[in-house]
Amino acid sequence: MSDLDTVEAVAPAAAEFDPDRPRGFRGTLTVLGERFRGGDLGVAPVVAGLIVIWTVMQSLNPIFLSSTNLVNLAIECVPVGIIALGVMFMLLVGQIDLSVGSISGLSAAVTAVLFVDQGLSPWLAVAGAVLLACLIGWLYAQVFNRLGVPSFVITLAGLLGFLGVQLWMLGAKGSINLPFDSGLVTFAQLQFVPPWLSYALVAAGAVALFASGYARASARRSAGLPATSTQALLLRSAVLLVGLGAAVWYLNRDRGVGWMFVLFLGLVLVTHYVLSRTKYGKSLYAVGGNVEAARRAGINVKAIYASAFMLCTTLAAIGGVLAAARLAAANQSSGGGDVNLNAIAAAVIGGTSLFGGRGSAFAALLGIVVIQSISSGLTLLNLDSSYRFMVTGAVLLLAVALDSVARRSRASSGRA
Amino acid sequence: MTASSVSPAATMTAPLLSLRGITKSFGAVAALTDVDLDVAAGEVVALVGDNGAGKSTLVKVLSGVHAPDSGTITFESEEVSIPSPAAAQQLGIATVFQDLALCENLNVIENLFLGRELRGHRLDDVRMEVRSRELLQQLSAKIPSVRAPIAALSGGQRQTVAIARSLLGDPKVIILDEPTAALGVAQTAEVLNLIDRLRERGHGVIMISHNMADVTAVADRVVVLRLGRNNGVFDAETVTAEELVTAITGASDNAVTRRSARRRRGAAGAPAGVTKEGTDDE
Repeated sequence: MSDLDTVEAVAPAAAEFDPDRPRGFRGTLTVLGERFRGGDLGVAPVVAGLIVIWTVMQSLNPIFLSSTNLVNLAIECVPVGIIALGVMFMLLVGQIDLSVGSISGLSAAVTAVLFVDQGLSPWLAVAGAVLLACLIGWLYAQVFNRLGVPSFVITLAGLLGFLGVQLWMLGAKGSINLPFDSGLVTFAQLQFVPPWLSYALVAAGAVALFASGYARASARRSAGLPATSTQALLLRSAVLLVGLGAAVWYLNRDRGVGWMFVLFLGLVLVTHYVLSRTKYGKSLYAVGGNVEAARRAGINVKAIYASAFMLCTTLAAIGGVLAAARLAAANQSSGGGDVNLNAIAAAVIGGTSLFGGRGSAFAALLGIVVIQSISSGLTLLNLDSSYRFMVTGAVLLLAVALDSVARRSRASSGRA
Repeated sequence: MTASSVSPAATMTAPLLSLRGITKSFGAVAALTDVDLDVAAGEVVALVGDNGAGKSTLVKVLSGVHAPDSGTITFESEEVSIPSPAAAQQLGIATVFQDLALCENLNVIENLFLGRELRGHRLDDVRMEVRSRELLQQLSAKIPSVRAPIAALSGGQRQTVAIARSLLGDPKVIILDEPTAALGVAQTAEVLNLIDRLRERGHGVIMISHNMADVTAVADRVVVLRLGRNNGVFDAETVTAEELVTAITGASDNAVTRRSARRRRGAAGAPAGVTKEGTDDE
């Protein structure tokens, strides 16, 4: 075997059992530096990219970072962001869903038809649309698991097929308006968190972060494992409190934080918990990392695939319904155009690997903020969508290239 | 080594696992014919044989992948059948296959507990980490950190993790399929140490190997399979590589026997041997 292996086999003897990480601030920096060199970039490239984009956009148009624009930006992120969250599940198990745009458009159409044409209650209409999407995901999974058709092809067929169903449902009119006074539309357009509640939520978040971190650290300490110091936990919570507090204060100077954005954040947090703290989450990573190993470990691989397909289509439907609510209409172009690729791009830009087994809930959130920032900034400059496509395309390529390079340097430094 | 004196006695009194007359055919191909095999607690049995000798089939019979056509399997003095891999696990027979089946993107703890995580809806990672550390420490495993992803580990360290994972189910018999294939010298030594430790812990170990040096270094007994049949059981302390190669290939004239024959003649100091050797080399 190569020198590399011999060195590795010898080196750990000195470092055996736990220098888990060097202590203190300097130690943290060292660890971060090593990780970066090893190709474990985490969210760093997205955050850096976001800073660059915001700086450029702000210098081109000072309105960009105004409260008003950021309030809009936050709300605009939500529909495609939720779809991207679903795509992230698919990418995690090493598959892809290309039909999320069509599914979201179809769900918008189904909601509009059930609600406006059939006169059902709006929430029942939404439930119907989401249920249908869930069923479509189940159908995809059956074709995938039983026939072994690649997910790429199944969902490409779905992209065309369900676009057809969407157009057929909307009929000759081609567009159905949702009444402005319906709860659905007001939720997406007009409902903002009252300032006092928004600050309370931030405070609650910071306290919860500290409490969970402290409980974990003391459990680890009592088991004799190295744990994060209380100071570090306090610092982390304080940073969150101040950072989020400032952001909320800035948004509250205008209309504030939309409830729709809170819904999105809630979904991201739930996803994060599921991925990092449950057996199901580990199974998703395992299936994406090595299917055969997952199978031998007794994981029901087919069920995991099915759940990823169904979560993806379900979240796509929720995103589609919210997009329609925001527009107050479902039409032939709902879910069309760039929705599909923006959702996939958001997941990838945020750091979800296209190669499977690598990604996090925050990937979708950060990725969609990048994409919406580009879109919003260019719209403010009165540039049409041709530029938007070109810039988004370039950023996507950059993100994927970074993923590939990071993967290679992970392989060479053995972190894969 | 005391094991060599212990093992024959242990085998005679109560083998932990004992196969008698195992036969398995795939259509017209007889993969195993009347194969016997015994493993006692605290004994390392090496299973050697050429490609196609039936080693893998025998392992698959033991790990519940294939059911034998005939023959009996006795485990802890009771006759058992092993219809599925899960049944093998439940009996206490763990198999570490050659491809290890680890997820490179997950860390050591996550791999050890993959598929049997503690408290699935809110992972008990403290207890899992403690268990992982204990286990690896008992094996004196050199793993840089239990939080390191598998991708960061060398081949020998990965083998260690795979073996440690099989130990989590508290098995009585551990089957290792080519544990040292594709490993460097230092890593092979590491894994052989680990096998020694498994014996000390009282596990019965069945080790498949192609490497005669590894076999004689760590095994107590060597069971040779040839063309799906038993072809001799040897005491690893006294057996020579040439005897093993002869038993494996069925031919007594090959490079190994020739060289050792030369060496023996050379040691005897016969001048004829020297000239013979000279002519051989030309």
